[in-house]
Amino acid sequence: MTAAFLVWYLLYVVLSGFARDFMGIKVLGNINVALIFGVLQFVSTFGIAWAYARHAEKKLDPIADEIRHEIEGRPE
Amino acid sequence: MSSEALSTVLFLLFVAATLGITFWASRQTKTAADYYAGGRSFSGAQNGLAIGGDYMSAASFLGIAGLIALYGYDGFLYSIGFLVAWLVALLLVAELMRNSGKFTMADVLAFRMSPRPVRTAAGVSTITVSIFYLLAQMVGAGALVGLLLGIEGPAAKAWTIVAVGILMIVYVVVGGMKGTTWVQIVKAVLLMGGATLVTLLVLGKYGFNLSSLMGEAAAQSSNPTTYTGGGGRYATEAQGLAGKLDLISLGLALVLGTAGLPHILIRFYTVPTAKDARKSVLWGIGIIGTFYLLTLVLGFGAAALVGSKTIAAQDAAGNTAAPQLAQAIGQAIFGEVGGTILLAIIAAVAFATILAVVAGLTLASSSSFAHDLYAHVFKRGDVTEKEEVLVARISAFVIGAVSIGLGILAQGQNVAFLVALAFAVAASGNLPAILYSLFWKRFNTAGAVAAIYGGLVSALVLVIFSPVVSGKATSLFPDANFAWFPLSNPGLVSIPIGFLAGWIGTKLSKEYNAAKYAEIEVRSLTGVGAEKAAEH
Repeated sequence: MTAAFLVWYLLYVVLSGFARDFMGIKVLGNINVALIFGVLQFVSTFGIAWAYARHAEKKLDPIADEIRHEIEGRPE
Repeated sequence: MSSEALSTVLFLLFVAATLGITFWASRQTKTAADYYAGGRSFSGAQNGLAIGGDYMSAASFLGIAGLIALYGYDGFLYSIGFLVAWLVALLLVAELMRNSGKFTMADVLAFRMSPRPVRTAAGVSTITVSIFYLLAQMVGAGALVGLLLGIEGPAAKAWTIVAVGILMIVYVVVGGMKGTTWVQIVKAVLLMGGATLVTLLVLGKYGFNLSSLMGEAAAQSSNPTTYTGGGGRYATEAQGLAGKLDLISLGLALVLGTAGLPHILIRFYTVPTAKDARKSVLWGIGIIGTFYLLTLVLGFGAAALVGSKTIAAQDAAGNTAAPQLAQAIGQAIFGEVGGTILLAIIAAVAFATILAVVAGLTLASSSSFAHDLYAHVFKRGDVTEKEEVLVARISAFVIGAVSIGLGILAQGQNVAFLVALAFAVAASGNLPAILYSLFWKRFNTAGAVAAIYGGLVSALVLVIFSPVVSGKATSLFPDANFAWFPLSNPGLVSIPIGFLAGWIGTKLSKEYNAAKYAEIEVRSLTGVGAEKAAEH
């Protein structure tokens, strides 16, 4: 997951440097691919953060809590 | 009342309020856990705000708004790196650090290694990164006051640096982590409030139509094509391939550096559990992300309503774009009084922003000196809590005084590169060591020391021999030319060197402690034996 978002981010940076014509294509009025791609990075960041929070709460926390209680020997 | 007078009054109100908070916090600061980690009693939301307050510096607010105002898209690029970086902190670092460390980054690294060499290396790296960052902020403070209060001359700016320095020393020495955190929380609220207000006014003026705002901004800029498509400031056509590689280098340093910044890492220790550390990063991402979206509108608004010529005339780097916009939009909607008031508010917020960040940096570096270098390396752990906290306070004073002095000396220099360098060192020296420590069983002391010094030294050396220091009109030494390294940001090279050095150092040493790795794995993932919140 970490590798994935880093690749996605680096793709964005590389395209910004090397694919200027593509990034300059206007999509909605003055708003071009570059801006949309940039805002998508924001969206994906929020999305990944939210997805991780849910995953951690549902899957990771119960296991961690159980192991911790077992080792520390008392419920909290 | 002039806007200068009003903004001074507002700023003094902020100072009075935060000093009050600091003295209140000092009465609650009794133990080392209180001083270093605020008693670990901050909630996820509070810490998230503090993270925002600690991270969103004047460089973020004024610098990025200015970059977007003058160059458009290239400025936006910058802010994206600053935000995406937090995913690295969220997914790989925050919770694991909270569970395996006590007060500093070095606590985690020293867990399964031979403590003294690792703590020395981590302490050196922490103090280096923090001082670079701190120096840049101090010089920025002097320049900023000059611009916003219309004060001219090096003497006035020097006094500003002294004033900022004294305040930050008081926050840290008297208030410790509790006081500093509250200052950052207050600043974050003010910054978000001020930025949101101006953003809404600007959007309102353009009928909430981002496209027309952007079009107007581009039309007012000096180069509409690069304004919307990129290449106006970074990776310009004139810079060719080196410029594009530099952009990637910068992008890497930003995205990987945040999770290695010491003043950010210590934030994770101020909450009761790892889950709260996670919550605080989630809050931080929400706040910081929203903020950077706001700066996009602020930048466009400044370009459209003030114009790049007017902005550049006031400050070539664009640092006054946001306040100039505040005045312009205030005037446009509420008349001249409105313009004065809004300008004063934004200027006061900018001063508050600097104060909160420098306090955090001073706390991080002095804590590392006292806890890592003094208590564990020099005194080999034979030191009482009281003594350690006293040393922490003294070193905060010393570091503060040194940065005041250096800030005055470095006045007028273009020190933006210091922040980029801080990120590069954090990404090359700190992050590899942290990640290897938490995730690589074979990692050992030699590897940790090699990773930290390898990353730190390679970043420093490459910057010294880059166009930042010599060879160009904007360099530190414009008349000399020893710049054989073509990139202004060393990240692309120094970050892999950091990881490589860590790997080589580990393989060359026979040290291998699988049991200790198993222990840190369990502790970091489950929270067994983690430092608990203090009872009062």
